[in-house]
Amino acid sequence: MLESYIPIFMMLGAAALFGLVMVKLNEWLGPRRPSAEKLSTYESGMEPVRTARERFSIKFYMVAVLFIIFDIEVVFLYPWAVAFNELGMMGFVTMFVFILILLVGYFYVWRKGALEWD
Amino acid sequence: MNKFNVLDLWYSSPLVTLVVTGLVLLVLEGFRRKSQRMAFGVSAAGIIIAIGLTIVTYGENQPAFNNTFLQGTFGSFFSFVFLAAGLLSLILSREYLERLNIHRTEYYALVIFAIVGMMLMASAIDLVVLFLGVELMSLCLYVLAGFMRTRVTSNESALKYFLLGAFVTGFLLYGIALLYGTTGTTNLVTIGKNFEAYSGNAVFLLGVGMVMMGLSFKIAAAPFHLWAPDVYEGAPTSVTGFMSTAAKAAAFAAFITVFLRTFEFAGTKVSEILAILAAVSMMIGNIAAIAQNNVKRMLAYSSVAHAGYMLTGIAAGNEEGQIGIMFYLAAYVFMNLGAFSIVSLVEGQNDTRLSFDDYSGLSKQQPLLAALMSVFMFSLAGIPPLAGFFGKYYVFLAAVKADLTWLAILGVLTSLISVYYYLRLVVLMYFRDGEAQVAAKPSLGTIVAISLAAFLVLQLGLYPSLVVNIARGGF
Repeated sequence: MLESYIPIFMMLGAAALFGLVMVKLNEWLGPRRPSAEKLSTYESGMEPVRTARERFSIKFYMVAVLFIIFDIEVVFLYPWAVAFNELGMMGFVTMFVFILILLVGYFYVWRKGALEWD
Repeated sequence: MNKFNVLDLWYSSPLVTLVVTGLVLLVLEGFRRKSQRMAFGVSAAGIIIAIGLTIVTYGENQPAFNNTFLQGTFGSFFSFVFLAAGLLSLILSREYLERLNIHRTEYYALVIFAIVGMMLMASAIDLVVLFLGVELMSLCLYVLAGFMRTRVTSNESALKYFLLGAFVTGFLLYGIALLYGTTGTTNLVTIGKNFEAYSGNAVFLLGVGMVMMGLSFKIAAAPFHLWAPDVYEGAPTSVTGFMSTAAKAAAFAAFITVFLRTFEFAGTKVSEILAILAAVSMMIGNIAAIAQNNVKRMLAYSSVAHAGYMLTGIAAGNEEGQIGIMFYLAAYVFMNLGAFSIVSLVEGQNDTRLSFDDYSGLSKQQPLLAALMSVFMFSLAGIPPLAGFFGKYYVFLAAVKADLTWLAILGVLTSLISVYYYLRLVVLMYFRDGEAQVAAKPSLGTIVAISLAAFLVLQLGLYPSLVVNIARGGF
């Protein structure tokens, strides 16, 4: 039983080694010509204004939490959709109930005003 | 795979009822701003229907949902206990919540969903479903512990509970993964059938140890009890009452399912470890409770001690142990819930009037409440005609039968210690003059509910065979 995990561990080891080797090779072989622009924080082309280590509004947390919940829902839907033919009616009804429960949650969140920014 | 049986829905009908009730509560809160009073009615109705369905579906063991859920006497017994505790606690917490300005519909929804998780734990015969139940219950309790958002102690309580609980969940899940790794299945019936083949396997035992740690945390057994005093103290008292009774009962249901109904560790090293856990819990809980000056903290340590008494039954590993724990839990739920409800009546705003001294002279102002509190204290201490005595009697008897006489003796000695701090409260209420008062005059409903709890404590003490027979599986 446990022996069947050996390939996984080998895979993990190989992946870690490969990643490490690539990063280090880059460091040893690549040329370095640093300039002030290159060393500044990358912000998708925007001018970096000030430090990112500051307090920001709790609204972002709300969005993040809601995102996780509904994101997981979507992740859950994918394998279900792939195996839909084999799952049959049972799978359909189960997923229907699942979505219904989430819908109640969505309704609650919406009515509570969690989706409004102000 | 994937066979769907309509009977499955019938077996799980109490659970389905509660889930629907919880969802209805959320929709209700979405539609109406002030839905608390209606929410109380809806949740009470949902729980009562679920109790009815639990009684109707009580019967022989029937696996359901592809062998992940067992409809049977064990699950029904515990479901009944959770539902009764939930209903009592909702009735008792309403005024308290109103007084502290935290009366919200979400409270009811969270309690309902927590009960769903508990019932899932008691009825699961699959480790994954068991874990799902543990998480559903715990998540609701984390939020409930911090329900008093504006109070620092409540926030502290929720945060401590959440961080430690999440950490321990990792242990529990890793243990389950190791059990799956060695046995190739998460089904407890299958694991139980082939138990002999695995019982010597080191990885299997590691998994058993981790599951034991995870569940010991949930029942607050020493040395995994350190969260209990702070969490119990900081959480709103009505939540503490619910948490220390129903949640503990649920964790013990899971403990029994895994360690008594699946594994057969009686007389091995594993049962010795369980015995040590029980002994340490009894000693730490009872000795630390003496030093407390806050009644909620005292009850928290006493709940650690009670976890120790009940673990004695698991260490014994025989059927008497299981029946003993089930009886003990039924008794414990009512006596502890009653005690916490009186604490919540005496408690003032902002964590005031929670110390022992605030109870001095309570019998002059509130003779009925003082008398009821004395009943609960005597029962917790294990004085004979009350339910608490027979709970201890059954688990210690099981320990003696399993050649764990030392544990039974230790249990009796530590219960002697516990008499000191339980009776200290009674002495203060009756023989000291003081300014004790209740925060608000309790309503008739509250008095009736507390009296019902006291009556059940007395009734279980006078006719223990009533519950013991149901626990054994014969009506």
